[in-house]
Amino acid sequence: MATDEYKGYRGEALSTLKNFNALVWSDVEIKTSKGSYTGIILPRSETADPLHVVIKLRSGYNIGIAANKIQNIKIAGRKEAHYKIPEKEFPFDPKKPNVKLLGTGGTIASRLDYRTGAVIPAFSPGELYGSVPELADICNLETEKLYGVFSENMGPEQWRGTAEAIGREIEKGVQGIVIGHGTDTMHHTAAILSFMVQNSPVPIVMVGSQRSSDRPSSDAALNLQHSVKTAAESDIAEVMVCMFGPTSDTYGLLHRGTRVRKMHSSYRSTFRTIGDIPIAMVSTEKITPIRNDYKKRRNDKNVIVNTAFEEKVSIVYYYPNMKPDIIDSLIDNDYKGIVIAGTGLGHVNKPLYPALKRAKEKGIAVYMTVQTLWGYVQMYVYDTGRDMMELGVIPGANMLPEVGYMKLGWALGQTNDLEKVRDIMMTPIAGEITEREPSNGYLIFQGGIPEVEEFISKYRK
Amino acid sequence: MHKFIFKPFDEMTEKDYAMVGFKSGLEIHQQLLTEKKLFCRCPAGRYSDKYDAEILRHMRPTLSELGEYDGTALMEFKTKKEIIYRIKRETVCTYEMDDTPPFQIDEHALDSALAIGMLYGCTMVDEVHIARKQYLDGSIPTGFQRTAIVGVDGKIPYKNREIKIIQLSIEEDACREVSDIGHRRVYITDRLGMPLIETVTGPDMRTPIEVAEVAQICRRLVRSTGRVRTGIGAGREDVNVSVTGGTRIEIKGVPRIVSIPLLTYNEAMRQWNLLRLREELKRRGITEKSFKSKTENVTKILRKTRYQPIQNAIEQGMKINCVLLQGYKGLLRWQTQTDTYFSREISDRVRVVACLTTLPNIIHSDSSGDTIAASEWQNIKKQIGGKDDDTLVLVWGDEQDANTGAQEIVIRAKEATIGIPSETRQAFRDGTNGFERILPGPDRMYPDTDLPPKRIEDEKLEKLCLTLPNRIWENEKWYRKLKIPPNVIEPLAASKYTKLFEMLVKNSKLNPTFVAVALIQYQKRLKTYFPKAKQIEIETFEEIFEAFKSGIISREGIFLAMKSFLESGKLRFAKKIKSTELTKVIKDSKIATKKMKIQNEEKKTEILIGLIMNKVRGKIDGKLVADKIGFSGKGKR
Ligand SMILES: [Zn+2]
Repeated sequence: MATDEYKGYRGEALSTLKNFNALVWSDVEIKTSKGSYTGIILPRSETADPLHVVIKLRSGYNIGIAANKIQNIKIAGRKEAHYKIPEKEFPFDPKKPNVKLLGTGGTIASRLDYRTGAVIPAFSPGELYGSVPELADICNLETEKLYGVFSENMGPEQWRGTAEAIGREIEKGVQGIVIGHGTDTMHHTAAILSFMVQNSPVPIVMVGSQRSSDRPSSDAALNLQHSVKTAAESDIAEVMVCMFGPTSDTYGLLHRGTRVRKMHSSYRSTFRTIGDIPIAMVSTEKITPIRNDYKKRRNDKNVIVNTAFEEKVSIVYYYPNMKPDIIDSLIDNDYKGIVIAGTGLGHVNKPLYPALKRAKEKGIAVYMTVQTLWGYVQMYVYDTGRDMMELGVIPGANMLPEVGYMKLGWALGQTNDLEKVRDIMMTPIAGEITEREPSNGYLIFQGGIPEVEEFISKYRK
Repeated sequence: MHKFIFKPFDEMTEKDYAMVGFKSGLEIHQQLLTEKKLFCRCPAGRYSDKYDAEILRHMRPTLSELGEYDGTALMEFKTKKEIIYRIKRETVCTYEMDDTPPFQIDEHALDSALAIGMLYGCTMVDEVHIARKQYLDGSIPTGFQRTAIVGVDGKIPYKNREIKIIQLSIEEDACREVSDIGHRRVYITDRLGMPLIETVTGPDMRTPIEVAEVAQICRRLVRSTGRVRTGIGAGREDVNVSVTGGTRIEIKGVPRIVSIPLLTYNEAMRQWNLLRLREELKRRGITEKSFKSKTENVTKILRKTRYQPIQNAIEQGMKINCVLLQGYKGLLRWQTQTDTYFSREISDRVRVVACLTTLPNIIHSDSSGDTIAASEWQNIKKQIGGKDDDTLVLVWGDEQDANTGAQEIVIRAKEATIGIPSETRQAFRDGTNGFERILPGPDRMYPDTDLPPKRIEDEKLEKLCLTLPNRIWENEKWYRKLKIPPNVIEPLAASKYTKLFEMLVKNSKLNPTFVAVALIQYQKRLKTYFPKAKQIEIETFEEIFEAFKSGIISREGIFLAMKSFLESGKLRFAKKIKSTELTKVIKDSKIATKKMKIQNEEKKTEILIGLIMNKVRGKIDGKLVADKIGFSGKGKR
């Protein structure tokens, strides 16, 4: 491949390399107007500028050399990198449970891609065994790569495909399923799978990593061990998200798929159960349930997979001074459902009312959730709330906005009858609406307060 | 082949070092003087052993860019350490804890690194690429250090030759280790992330003294820019040593330059003696291929031992392994360094790799000290099937550690048949060194995908170049020509005042000695009054000398102005007085002296001068006063 010979180079840098026939991976001495450098020419990131040539010095460091200063390139040899995660056959033990790992993207085990600087997932059982050999102590692992997309590119097609794959695996009799997923929209997928896959007899565990596994401090290996252990050994037959509890390498949390949310852009302990407590804690040693109202593992295969999904649904994050044209444009574009993330107990401003009325008249399902995330929609408390209900806006209890969006899409996929949609929406399927918020369901500690600082000083966070 | 026997340190000559092929190079780490850390906006240089919280992490090896696992990485993974980070919220944010990606590199730090690179005459890079250098010991929570080369291929003059500067990089500092006991290592994180530069010299030094001297030159050179931190821990050296037939060994984190000579001497001796050990093994017919060892569990035999460490181990339910090293009799007492023997090479490995940190962690049958009873050695020997020319080594710990320990004993003993293992070693206070970890190779470097490469424009370098002081060696030559006092030459050349000095001497035509003494000696003297005061800034000195040039203050006034500045943080000038005023002061003082009852006539003039100077100090030259009252000082009496 001609382009690979000068991988990633453009413009001046490319023509300079071509001038001297210096392909990437050449072992070279480069003479410039400033001095000489010895090393290996590396591919260049495609997003980097067209002015520099990158070489890896003998010391292992990379540097960029301005192409316009290069006077000569002497080629001494060639050393091409071969990325390879040591692949060893994943051992099979008939006494151990069988777990299936379905891949959708994200980085559980990975290697680096020079061109983009991105991390390429390594995924086969052999590769996983090569990088996290501890997995073989837990189960027999099989893997299947369903998709290779970034988390933000997951959509209805992938959700359906994943749900169907889960159904197939349960039919085949696996003891547990792990789904590798990018973390950004993991809670969206967890929510939709909670509706598309019901009555599962086995654990369905979603997992990812906040620090990619190309770094020694990655949370990937531990997350993977926790999730595989949960899939293999736990008696929790629900869709869960399994990610770090604290930022320390101590334990993970198993969050119910409909109550979990990514709450920090970069922390390891980014996933939190909102308005409730998680189902269990999991370490490499044990799984410790912290509630007992979860659905238990069964020996049957009576799973219900229902992947109908209406895509013309939107989520509207209300802000003061929002203009009705936002709602109008959804109506005009034939949207069938709108989930509003309202302020406080579930409010929007008056100027939106006519637009909401129009939506009602056009038969669009409109549901209210709260952007405070914690707490219930309470539209009876103020007149404005009551006014809105008159306009057909239905309070969505304590459903998280993203979960409301997923459920409405799924409900509208089942039927166009808004009364039936309402029944589906307001009947909890997988804990997306709870009857009560326990008093420890909202604990965001405020740093700086003496008692909180005392707590933090005692427990590894 | 290795006939030479190392003499005591003081008796080694240059010729001796040439004979063993002594070669040494330096990696000099020097913290940069910045307000903030390198990749986050936490304050730099605030140290405290206090902490608010702890975080626990583990490190796993990963693949390098070239697709290989690094040797050190695998070793560190074998050790399975629990790493505890102590964090204090004022000095550490989520970046250092690896919970937030890096922010853009601190420009001030980068400028300083580039400036120092140019001072070394390096070829500066056109585009800086941040790399990740793996450290699996946990000293950095990410598991790697962010580091980047800014220049390569510089040099400094030394004696009648040149010492090569291979490269200069900018990097973030690591944690400070608090403790490392068993499977738990504790770090405090205040220093973590502070910017520093690493200067790598060629292996161009030929004797231990040369190594220290070159370190000194480098240190003074970077200090002369005023861009680096000074004080304890601000500068640390890694020293590479090799001898003919040996291996490049790195002694890490030498905090004081004065300890370099003895450390490098001992390392050279260690390598030399290990090569001699290999010859001895060969003479006994033991090579890598013919090497034989055996390991057995001997817990039962030692159940009733009275040797305390093993007795304790048995009480705690630990396992005792015996390793038989065939044909090794006496060799664990083979000298490696001053008062140090081959057994320590083994014990060090067991300590680090098997996490058996309580010493002694091994005993052996070559030992002359008190260990287990001779009858117990006999029983073990019988069980394991040892012969008279074998050596037995015991190691104990919980099952896994005792097994890892036994493996390491075999590995290290076998390595003696091959040569000197590549490893990094830590400096001890007595001048010897101990195993730290396997020497990491270039395989542990990989690009940082969190930060894009950063272009360095020529214009930026040109601008920075203007801020550079002259090189110390050039300045020193000039100072000697100017005949300024010898004891001031070196400190001045390494100070940040070199440009100011040049300006005052060349442009303002001030007396070189007078300026040099004011800049260096006055400040040194004042340091005793105000030990905590910072160095006086160049701008402040400019103001002081301006006042002197325009006649506002006298020579003494310079000292007083400096003193009042260090005292109050403000510049106050005592105005020069006119000669008529002086006459009046003298007259008043004479009257005052007459009124005093002074018994010793000789003291009278002294007291008079004291009285006068109290009123006019700093406002006029003391010499003028003495002239005016006809007193020419003690010298003449
Ligand atoms: Zn910080």
